[in-house]
Amino acid sequence: VLQQQKNLDGYVGFASLPNQVYRKSVKRGFEFTLMVVGESGLGKSTLINSLFLTDLYSTEYPGPSHRIKKTVQVEQSKVLIKEGGVQLLLTIVDTPGFGDAVDNSNCWQPIIDHIDSKFEDYLNSESRVNRRQMPDSRIHCCLYFIAPSGHGLKPLDIEFMKRLHEKVNVIPLIAKADTLTPEECQQFKKQIMREIQEHKIKIYEFPETDDEEENRLVKKIKDKLPLAVVGSNTIIEVNGKRVRGRQYPWGVAEVENSDHCDFTILRDMLIRTHMQDLKDVTNNVHYENYRSRKLAAVTYNGVDNNKAKGQLSTKSPLAQMEEERREHVAKMKKMEMEMEQVFEMKVKEKVQKLKDSEAELQRRHEQMKKNLEAQHKELEEKRRVFEDERSNWELQQRLEQQKMEASRTLEKNKKKGKIF
Amino acid sequence: MASSDVARQPDKGARPLSLAGHVGFDSLPDQLVNKSITQGFCFNILCIGETGIGKSTLMDTLFNTNFENFESSHFEPQVKLRAQTYDLQESNVRLRLTVVNTVGFGDQMNKQESYQPVVDYIDKQFETYLQEELKIKRSLHNYHDSRVHACLYFISPSGHSLKSLDLVTMKKLDSKVNIIPVIAKADTISKSELHKFKIKIMSELVSNGVQIYQFPLDDETVAKVNTTMNGHLPFAVVGSTEEVCVGNKMVKARQYPWGVVQVENEHHCDFVKLREMLICVNMEDLREQTHTRHYELYRRCKLEEMGFKDTDPECKPVSLQQTYEAKRQEFLAELQKREDEMRQVFVQRVKEKEAELKEAERELQGRFEQLKRLHADEKAALEEKKRLLDNDLTSFGNRRTAAALLQPPGFTVNGKKDKDRKKWVELSCLYLMAQYTQALMANFKLFLS
Repeated sequence: VLQQQKNLDGYVGFASLPNQVYRKSVKRGFEFTLMVVGESGLGKSTLINSLFLTDLYSTEYPGPSHRIKKTVQVEQSKVLIKEGGVQLLLTIVDTPGFGDAVDNSNCWQPIIDHIDSKFEDYLNSESRVNRRQMPDSRIHCCLYFIAPSGHGLKPLDIEFMKRLHEKVNVIPLIAKADTLTPEECQQFKKQIMREIQEHKIKIYEFPETDDEEENRLVKKIKDKLPLAVVGSNTIIEVNGKRVRGRQYPWGVAEVENSDHCDFTILRDMLIRTHMQDLKDVTNNVHYENYRSRKLAAVTYNGVDNNKAKGQLSTKSPLAQMEEERREHVAKMKKMEMEMEQVFEMKVKEKVQKLKDSEAELQRRHEQMKKNLEAQHKELEEKRRVFEDERSNWELQQRLEQQKMEASRTLEKNKKKGKIF
Repeated sequence: MASSDVARQPDKGARPLSLAGHVGFDSLPDQLVNKSITQGFCFNILCIGETGIGKSTLMDTLFNTNFENFESSHFEPQVKLRAQTYDLQESNVRLRLTVVNTVGFGDQMNKQESYQPVVDYIDKQFETYLQEELKIKRSLHNYHDSRVHACLYFISPSGHSLKSLDLVTMKKLDSKVNIIPVIAKADTISKSELHKFKIKIMSELVSNGVQIYQFPLDDETVAKVNTTMNGHLPFAVVGSTEEVCVGNKMVKARQYPWGVVQVENEHHCDFVKLREMLICVNMEDLREQTHTRHYELYRRCKLEEMGFKDTDPECKPVSLQQTYEAKRQEFLAELQKREDEMRQVFVQRVKEKEAELKEAERELQGRFEQLKRLHADEKAALEEKKRLLDNDLTSFGNRRTAAALLQPPGFTVNGKKDKDRKKWVELSCLYLMAQYTQALMANFKLFLS
C-alpha cells in the first residue's frame, strides 16, 4: 500500500478516536482470566483476595488449599466486579492438588489440558460459520507460586514452567515472602532467575514502549523479578493508618509497603498497567501458536507437520487445498502429455511397421509377378520353339511319307513295268 | 484485532462482588486506548457519485487537506474505482485514511452494471481479510484493514427525488457497507426545497427497503446527539477548500455574486453535522459495524458457499477440524477420481487404437493371403502349361522315336544306310520326273482332243 503523509490545514476531529474507543470499551465491559498454581498453603487465595480487594475466597467459597483433592483438579470461579464505571468479569482458575501428592509426575497435565481446551473452545467459536458472541475464556495469565525455600527452584517448578511457558503468560512469584530477609530474598531471586535462564524458560516479558519514562520503570521491575509477595485479608492499624498486613509479635508485615514486599508492583503491573497486554499476548502469540499447530495438523492429514517440514505454511487450509489441486492438475497434465507422447510414438511405430509390411508385400508381389511373367515368356518361347520343331518335323514326316509313297508307287509301277 | 472487539454478552454464573478499596482495573479502558494510539488507527471511505458532483472537494474539506485529485472525463467506458491512502496525524492520533472514489459513475448510457465494480471492490476487501483470517499462520493484529468502513453516497441536488440509479446502487450496497447518503452541492437548493427533498429521499429509501446507516443509540453518552442527527439525514453538504473573508475571519466558503456560502455555518449547510457524525462521534462505530455486521455476513455467505456448516445433518455441532478433515477427504477423493477418469479415457483410447491397428493388420494379412493364392493359381496354371508342354514334348519325342522305329532301314538317320538312301533319293527323283512327264502327256493329249 502506497501511502503518503499529509498535513492537516485545520481541525478535522479524528483526534477524538481514542475517546470513541474508550467509550465503546467501557460499554462492552472487560474480561480477564487468571490462573493460580502452586502447592497448598502458599497463600494463593489470600493473595487473590488482596489483589482484588474482595472476598473471592471466603468460608462460603473456600480457596483451593481448603479443598483437599486426591488428584489435580482445575476449577474456576467467576466474579463480576465494578470500579469507576468499568465492569470486569474476572475468572480465577484454581488448581487444587497441584504438587501435593507424593508422586507429582505429570501433575501439570490437567492444567495443560485445561488451557488447550479453552484454546479449542475459542478456535471452534471463531471458526463457526455463524459467529455471534465469542466469549473469551482463554487463560490470560498464570501466577506460579514458588515456595520460599530460599535455595532455588524445585524440579517440579522447573518442569511446570518449561511445559507451560509457550502456552500461557507465566508470572512466577515468591510466595509468603515475609519468611525471607531482604538479603535472602535478593539471593533467592538471583538464583531463580539464573535457573530460569539456564532452562530457557520464557516467563512473561514486559513490552518495550516508545516512552523513555515507561521503559525505565519497566527496567526497575525487571530487576526485581521474580516478585516476592505477601497477602493478607486482615486490616491492621499501623501508625494511625489502616493497612493490610500480617501481625507478628515483632511487627507488622505490610502488604502494600514496597519495602516489605513486591505486592504493589505485582498489583500495578498485573491490573493497572499490563492487564491489556497480557490479553493481547495471549491472543496474538499463545493462541496463534495453538491455532497454527492445530490447523497444520489438519492440513497435512495428521502427519506431524513440525517434523516433516521446517516451517508452517502461512496459507489457510483451504488455500492449501487449492494449491494442491492446482499442483495436481499440472501433474495430471504432464502425465497426460507423457502418456500421449508414448502413445503417439507406439502408434507411429506400429503404423510404420504396417507400411513396411505393405511395401514388402507389394514388392514381393511385383517380384513374383515378374518372375511368373518371365517364366511365362520362357514357357511361351519354349512352346513356340517346340511347336516350330514339331510342325517342321511333321512337315518332314509328311514329306517323307509322300516320298515313301511316291517311291512305293514307283516301285509298284516299276514292278508293273509302267515306268520306262 | 483484539478479541475484545467482538460484542460480548453478560455472563451468567458470575457472582457480583463488592470491592473493599481501589483495585485499579478502571484503567483498563486507558490501557486499551494507549495500545490503539500506539498502533494507529485506520479508516476507509468510499465515495460514490456522478462525475463532477463534488466528491473530491468534500473529502478535501472534511479532512482539511489536499488529496491528489484527478479530474475525470465524462467518457469513461466503465465505472472504475480509484483508491488512495494517506497518513494523517492530529495531535497524538495517527490515522491511515484510504479514500476510494468512483470514476465515471453515472456517465455511461447503459448504467445497469454501474454498481458492479463497486460491489466487487467491497467484496474484494472482505475476501482479502477473510483469506488472512483463514491462514494457518496469520498476523491479524497488525493487518492493514482495507475494508470499506463508510460509504458516502452523493445525491444529485435535483430537488425532486432519487434517481433510479441511486436506488438500484444503494439497494445493492446496503448489506455490504454503511451507507451515508449526502445531498451534494446543497448550495443550489433553497431551504424549503431542501426540507421537502430530504423527506422525499428518506421516504423513497424506506419504501424501497434501503438500509442506510443509522447513528447508534445504544450508548447513553452519545444517544441524544445521534438521535437528533438521525433526524437530519440525509446531510446536505457543500464543500470548498477556498477561503473567503467573512467579517474578520477567513472561512471556507463559496463566493457568489449574491452572497457567500459558508461551509462551516450550520445555517448554510449540514457540513459540520456530517463531520461531527462521521469523524468525531461515530468513526469507531462505523468501523465496528463493518467488522461485526457486514464482514460477518460476507464471511457467513462465503463459507456456506464453500460447503461449511456449523452442524452436521444430525444437527450435532461440527468442529472446525471435522469440517476441514471432511473437506480434505472429499478433496482427495475428487483428485483420485479425476486421475482415474483420465487413466480410463487413455486406456480406452489405447484399446481403440489397438483394435484399429489390428484390423489394418488383419486386412493386410488378408491381402497377403489373397495375393499368395493368386500367385499360387498362376503358378499352378503355369505348371499346367509346363506339364502340357512336357507332355507334348514327351509325346512328340515318343512319336519321333516310334516313327523312327517304323521306318525301314535306311530311313533312319543312320549313316550306315546312306548309300541306300541316296539310291532311294535318286529313285524318288526319277519317279517324280516320271510322274511329271506323265502329267504333261496327259495334259497334251487333253489339249489335242
